[in-house]
Amino acid sequence: MRARAAFLLACAAVLAATAAHAQGWPIARYSVEGRNSGYFYLGQQTRLLQDDDFQNPGMFAVDAGAAAWRRVDGTQGRSCASCHQNAAETMKGVATRYPAYDAKSGGILNLELVINRERVEKMGAAPLVYESPELLAMTSYISHQSRGLPKAVDITGPAAPFFEQGKDFWSTRRGQIDISCAMCHDDRPGMLLRGDTISQGQTNGHPMYRLIWHTISSTHRMFEWCNTSMRAEPYPLGSPVYLALELYVAWRGRGLPVETPSVRK
Amino acid sequence: MRFSFVSLVVLLAAGAAWAQAVAPAAPPVPERTPLQAHLTGPIPPLVKVEIVGNTIPQPLTQQPGDPARGRRVIADASNSTCLICHEVPALAELPDQGKIAPPLEGLGSRYTAAELRLRLVNAKLITPDTMMPAYYRTEGLTRVQPQFAGRTIYSAQDIEDAIAFLLTIK
Ligand code: HEC
Ligand code: HEC
Repeated sequence: MRARAAFLLACAAVLAATAAHAQGWPIARYSVEGRNSGYFYLGQQTRLLQDDDFQNPGMFAVDAGAAAWRRVDGTQGRSCASCHQNAAETMKGVATRYPAYDAKSGGILNLELVINRERVEKMGAAPLVYESPELLAMTSYISHQSRGLPKAVDITGPAAPFFEQGKDFWSTRRGQIDISCAMCHDDRPGMLLRGDTISQGQTNGHPMYRLIWHTISSTHRMFEWCNTSMRAEPYPLGSPVYLALELYVAWRGRGLPVETPSVRK
Repeated sequence: MRFSFVSLVVLLAAGAAWAQAVAPAAPPVPERTPLQAHLTGPIPPLVKVEIVGNTIPQPLTQQPGDPARGRRVIADASNSTCLICHEVPALAELPDQGKIAPPLEGLGSRYTAAELRLRLVNAKLITPDTMMPAYYRTEGLTRVQPQFAGRTIYSAQDIEDAIAFLLTIK
C-alpha cells in the first residue's frame, strides 16, 4: 500500500511538472527580428525553472505583490485595489509601456517611480525604498500582469532626448576596464565571458530572479552590477541617468514578450 | 518641471531613511589578494613608458620578469585578467576561461617582449577600438570607481612578469 501510494504520488508529481513545463512558450517567442531575450541564452535547467510557476522562485515576489495590492496603507485609507480594482484587467499591458516620459515631472518614470508617486500622492503613504522587497514585489506583480505581451515603449517627442542620453550611455566606454555596454551586449552575445554566456542585455524579463544573488532584482540593480564589473562608479538606483538608460534598453528589446518573473543566472 | 522630478527623488531618499532596515547594501568591494597590493594603500607612482613604433622596448622595472610569478598574475581570476576574455591553453587547469577574444597561443613564437609590452600597457595604441583593457594606464578613462582611480590594473612588475610568462607559451 505504502509503495503504491508513493508511486501514485510520484506519477502525479511528474504529470504536474510536465503540465507546468508545457506552459513554457516555444523558443521562437523569445526572439523577435534578431532581438533575443536573456532566456534564449540560458541553460535548459534555468529555463525549466522559469517555465514552472510552482518552482520559479520569482513567483514569491509576485504573490507578495498580490497581497500588497489589496493592503490599505497611508493616510487616505486606500489600497492600490481601491482605485485600480482587479489588477489582471487594469494593469494588463501597463509594464509594456514603461519606462515612459512623464509630463508632470518633465522626466522619465519607470514602474518603481510610478508606484511610489501613487503611494505618496494618492495614498498618503511613504515611498518604498528602491530594491526593497516591498517595491520589488509590487513591480513584479504589476509586470506579471503583462506576461506574454510585447514591450513597446514610446521614444518619440519629449522622450527622444532621454532616449538619446540612454543610447550614448550604452556605447560609452567607462571604468578602469574601459569598455561599453555595447561591446558585450551588442557585439558578443552568445560568447563566453569567463564562465558566463553573454546575452543581449534585454530587460523584458524584469524584475528577474537572479540565481547568483538569490533574490528578485530590478533592472537598475543589473545596471549597477554591469557598471561595477567595468570598475565604473555606478549611478544611484532610480537616478535619472539609469532611467534614460532603461528607456533605451527597453526600446532595444521592443517586441520581446514580458516574462516577469524571469530567472537568470 | 525639473523641480518636481527632483522632489520625487528627494521623496525616494526620504523613503530610504524611513525603511533603513531593508535598504540595499552597496555592491561589495572584492577582497584583494597579495598579488593585488597595488590596488590598495598608497597609489604607486606611474612609470613613464616610451613607445617606439608598435613596441615599448624598455622594461617598466629594473627587476627582470619572473615567468612563475607572471603565471600567477594571469591566473588570478579576482583581478581583471586575460582569462576573462581569452582562453589560455597553457593554463588549461583553470576553469571558466573566456572565449570572446583569440586564444593566447604561440605568443612566444609570434611576439617579442617589446611588442607584448605595448599590447599589455595599452592595446588601444595598436587597435583603437579594441575591447581589450589597457593594463597600465590611468588617464583618459571615464567614471572610474574611486577605489581604482589613479591606479593601473596591473602593477609595473606584473606587466614584466606577465610578459615573461607569455613568452614561454611557444
Ligand atoms: C564585460 C561584459 C559586460 C559589459 C561591458 C556589460 N555587461 Fe551586462 N551583463 C554581462 C553578463 C555576463 C550578464 C549576465 C548574463 C547575461 O544575462 O548576459 C549581463 C546581464 C545584463 C542584463 C540582464 C539581462 C537579462 O536577461 O536579464 C542587462 C539588462 C545588462 N547586462 C545591461 C548592461 C548595461 C546597461 C551595461 C553597461 C552599463 C552592461 N550590461 C555592460 C556582461 C556585461
Ligand atoms: C575584455 C577583453 C580582454 C581582456 C581582459 C584581455 N584581452 Fe587580449 N584581446 C582582446 C581582444 C578582443 C583581442 C583581439 C584583437 C584586438 O581587438 O586587438 C585581443 C588580442 C590580444 C592579443 C593578440 C592576439 C593574437 O593572437 O595575436 C594578445 C597577445 C592579447 N590580447 C593578450 C592579452 C593579455 C596578456 C591579457 C591580460 C593581461 C589580455 N589580452 C586581456 C580582449 C581582451
